[in-house]
Amino acid sequence: MFSLSTFLDAFWPLTMAARYTLLVSGLGIALGLVIGAFVCVLALSKSRAARIAAAVWVSYLRGVPMLVQLLVVFFLLPVIGIDVPAIVAAVVTTAIVASAYISEIWRGAITALPRGQAEAAIAIGMRPRDSWIRIILPQAVALSIPQLINELILLVKASSLVSVVGVMEITRASQAQAGVTFRPLEAYLAAACLYLAINLCLAALGRWLEHRMAV
Amino acid sequence: MVEASSVEIRKVNKYYGPFQALKDVDLTIPPGKVTCLIGPSGSGKSTLLRCINFLEEYDSGEIRIDGQLIGYEAPGRKMSGRKLRAMRRSIGMVFQQFNLWPHMTALGNVAEGLVRVRGLRKAEAETRAAEALAKVGLADKMGNHPSRLSGGQQQRVAIARAIAMEPRLMLFDEPTSALDPELVGEVLNVMKTLAAEGMTMVVVTHEMGFAAHVADQVAFMEKGELVGVDSPAGILHHPEDIRIQGFLRTYHERNSF
Repeated sequence: MFSLSTFLDAFWPLTMAARYTLLVSGLGIALGLVIGAFVCVLALSKSRAARIAAAVWVSYLRGVPMLVQLLVVFFLLPVIGIDVPAIVAAVVTTAIVASAYISEIWRGAITALPRGQAEAAIAIGMRPRDSWIRIILPQAVALSIPQLINELILLVKASSLVSVVGVMEITRASQAQAGVTFRPLEAYLAAACLYLAINLCLAALGRWLEHRMAV
Repeated sequence: MVEASSVEIRKVNKYYGPFQALKDVDLTIPPGKVTCLIGPSGSGKSTLLRCINFLEEYDSGEIRIDGQLIGYEAPGRKMSGRKLRAMRRSIGMVFQQFNLWPHMTALGNVAEGLVRVRGLRKAEAETRAAEALAKVGLADKMGNHPSRLSGGQQQRVAIARAIAMEPRLMLFDEPTSALDPELVGEVLNVMKTLAAEGMTMVVVTHEMGFAAHVADQVAFMEKGELVGVDSPAGILHHPEDIRIQGFLRTYHERNSF
């Protein structure tokens, strides 16, 4: 029988654990945006070496499952003498995986802009820097909002993977809860509700941003 | 009205890989006059126009604006970005697809260059931008984004964006080709006003009526070559070259019903 009280009781520990889910995915996307911007610059660079470096970065991070990458980072760091808590390995992995997708989202948005947008700026004698800051980037960022929100939602869900290295986020907390109460269904259903609640909020944030930045 | 520029085009060649887009083109564009470039699609007229402000790099020959070579310091040696920008400041350009910036209002589109390129304060830039928009008949549309304007209005904003910079030369790349027929007139009227003020204008166009009535000279291009330059009547009514005759015959057949 389904126990409503067990189900409701699971929410408190899971909500506490949600802080780690939000920390991993939030820091992951924030760092991912920064690294992704840098990778995007490399990908659009005139230098062939820079473009190859960006392509290798993106191919590896998109081509290897995040769980495997997480384990690689988690076990690699101590080998090269960096001893960090599991949460750091989790954030680093999430950030670099996100950076690969984000750099592609931005590259796509920038190259999707008609050439004439930059040409109009060049033709009146605008400096390349101003044309990027005033003309290209505002449009590219606005264009990329729906995909960035999508990426953030994917990251929130992917953060469940970091439970395997011992980070007490929603998924691991629900496993612990199930172990204590011997009621796995209630624990995992509560976890499902929490994930859904977080992602519905993110989707609403996305719609609001899209509306605000609509051109 | 500021002084109008002249353009000297001498033996200009342009290649896209093995394809030669411009073949030894020679053309003199006198100051304060309207020069129309006509010819079939792919004849190189837009390429030639885009070489004048160095949006396209020509490979050999010379293009001089008021005597100053554009794009190169000397043959084969590129000009610095700063110098090129300084030259482009006095050359306005209007594109077939308008190329307005969709995230800015009409006023923002016109004021942007005044702030970023001319270094005016925002308030001053907006005053001048408003004057330019009033001149093209859009005083009441200043706060609209491009998506809220008709094609004809968008192209007039684009013209305002160019003239606000006080250019001495205006380049028009098929300015009415993307417009619904009923919106062509309002754009051509603005261009006629500019021409009457003594602006040097180079216009790539398929509007033979405009070429006939407003141009001071008409140049006909085909397959990257400048086939002939003459008065509008000379090219449009009494063409000697068989290629021009053929082009005009096709044009008249398409436009008769």
